Amino acid sequence: MTTALNMPVPHESAPGGAARQAAGLPRLLPAAPEDLRAHLARYGPTPYRGQPGALVADVETSGLTGRGGAAFPVYRKLAAVARAGARQGRTVVVANGAESEPASRKDECLLRVAPNLVLDGLQLAAETVGATEVHLYLHRAPGPEILRALAERGVRGLDRLAVTITQAPPRFLAGQETAVVNRLGGGPALPTFQPPRVSERGLGSAPTLIQNAETLAHLALIARYGPRWFRAVGTATEPGSMLTTIYRPRARPLVVEAEIGTPLRTLLGDGDGDGAGGPGAQAWLVGGYHGTWLPLRDAAGITLDNASLRRFGAAAGAGVLAALPSDRCGLAEVARVVGYLAAESAGQCGPCLNGLPRIAAGLAELAGRGHRRQTRADLERWSGLVEGRGACHHPDGTVRFVRSALTVFGPEIHRHARGQCSATDRAPFLPLPQGMPTSEEDWT
Amino acid sequence: MAETLRVNPITCAGHGVCAELLPELVTLDEWGYPIVDPGPVPPALDRGARRAVAGCPALALKLLRS
Amino acid sequence: MNTAFWYASRATGIVALLLLTAVLVLGILVNRQGRLPGLPRFAVTDLHRNLSLLSVAFIVIHVLTAVLDTYVHIPLISAVIPFTSGYERLWLGLGAVSLDIMLAMIVTSLLRGRLNRILWRAIHLLAYASWPVAFVHCIGSSTDLQQGWMLGLAVGCAMIIAAAVVWRLAHAARQVPRAGRVAAVFSRHTVTR
Repeated sequence: MTTALNMPVPHESAPGGAARQAAGLPRLLPAAPEDLRAHLARYGPTPYRGQPGALVADVETSGLTGRGGAAFPVYRKLAAVARAGARQGRTVVVANGAESEPASRKDECLLRVAPNLVLDGLQLAAETVGATEVHLYLHRAPGPEILRALAERGVRGLDRLAVTITQAPPRFLAGQETAVVNRLGGGPALPTFQPPRVSERGLGSAPTLIQNAETLAHLALIARYGPRWFRAVGTATEPGSMLTTIYRPRARPLVVEAEIGTPLRTLLGDGDGDGAGGPGAQAWLVGGYHGTWLPLRDAAGITLDNASLRRFGAAAGAGVLAALPSDRCGLAEVARVVGYLAAESAGQCGPCLNGLPRIAAGLAELAGRGHRRQTRADLERWSGLVEGRGACHHPDGTVRFVRSALTVFGPEIHRHARGQCSATDRAPFLPLPQGMPTSEEDWT
Repeated sequence: MAETLRVNPITCAGHGVCAELLPELVTLDEWGYPIVDPGPVPPALDRGARRAVAGCPALALKLLRS
Repeated sequence: MNTAFWYASRATGIVALLLLTAVLVLGILVNRQGRLPGLPRFAVTDLHRNLSLLSVAFIVIHVLTAVLDTYVHIPLISAVIPFTSGYERLWLGLGAVSLDIMLAMIVTSLLRGRLNRILWRAIHLLAYASWPVAFVHCIGSSTDLQQGWMLGLAVGCAMIIAAAVVWRLAHAARQVPRAGRVAAVFSRHTVTR
């Protein structure tokens, strides 16, 4: 199956039917794309509070965490940027729609069907940190829905600050906070070494708040309905809902808004075939290409919340969930993905630059027929050498993906060592872009 | 007042002077890049740490208050 | 007494030229992560730093003895403000230019931790200007260096510098730009089976 990466991914809110109503979903995703008129009819105008800082307490009570992958408490970022901004006199807010994870399609979907929620959130965040400048950072050129939303909001005077749109290069690291700041400043989307954090010194040396597009959409709803409404779904420690991108055997990718704490089986199926002769699943990938592989036998009780996932060394990340069909070769998939991750290294830090391509080559060897005995030990050693030694978390996330894969696909490694492979379908399952960056232009 | 050593991996070019001057806290990986002990610098090694920081040709090693 | 000052100035000038040649070569060696046989890496960096300070010390004596020598009138200030001496205005002026650059390099290096990295590097790269200017000052203002074994010494220094600079430029030409580094590592490690 080749995922048509340029076609819009369908969405729904899970689970369906009565359970959906009970869960208070959908929150973010309307059934069909909504223009400004429909948005205003449903939500009313942007609920500005009239003064900076006013939203922070509500956001704190709501327990909203970032939906870009790091799950950092939003109120703390807001407070930090507001504080630094009060000292410096300028702050910047960026809505991060770069969605650099190739398997994630949720932000693209959200920006297509509910752009006004994201844009509301952007203006509200700007008001609460006292921002003077706001940006929208996008994975590809802005779609007609976003442009139309901005134009209509301009006519109605809904936006207090004019939004500057910048396109991110199609790089895996383009959505990393310091890379965002560099790109918006006119340079390449390359990470820099922190300290200082971007919340202290970011774009133009001003304190910069960078929030994922989905996070801002949740913020826009919290500003209207309050923190208790937000906490009505989800778990006590991780309230709310989140957007996920789901990959299942014989199915198109789907963006699903799910209550946090939903059992993964509800979203990914239980691993058996679909009853119509289609393949079951052999393993689950949670959290995208910096995420964790999970064996199905452990997976029965796992729920979509970090407290549950942490017990298995996993985290929800940006909500990419994949059930690898039983008829594919897990090692081949892993080798392809790590080859991509290595090619996407910024090449700035010695350990990452040297380690990731070697790890990718080692995995390619494991995915072939027979491998040298030294290769597994090499992979373990290189993983230990790159972890935590880059300026950003690219090597760390890659190592987490690799280590979990070596565990989950251990039996397959033994089969390959004997020259066998249990796969019957050689087509790639996990989506990856073509080509690798070769010149400076590929990063701008 | 504890201090820790940190290397900026972007400016680090793998000169390896730090590992020579402070082998107690810095070793080199197989590619010539420093592996720095993340813990607090013992007071006895404070002078050596400052010398290593000053000795880095790329100024990639820093002593941070933590 | 005058003659002593005059000889001292010429002698310290020649020694300074030799030291500065060593300093520039060592600077290039540091950049290229080169080693001096049998010595640890920090010896290269320390030697580069220490010899640069020693060079300036010799230059200070070189200047002071020239000023104190009353045979010709050279105001002290013309050592740092170029082209202000009555005697040999051009050649001494070039010496002042070279010294000014060296002083900027040393001051910025002492304050290195506090300075913008790009600014430090830009000033430090002026070494490639400072040495040739100093060299022309040497040849132009000293009849010693225009003949005999001293000319040989000076030419020898110039050839060493030329070789070191060519070495440095060759490396810069071969250097893979950042965007191509990962591909370069990949091509060295792709497994073909």
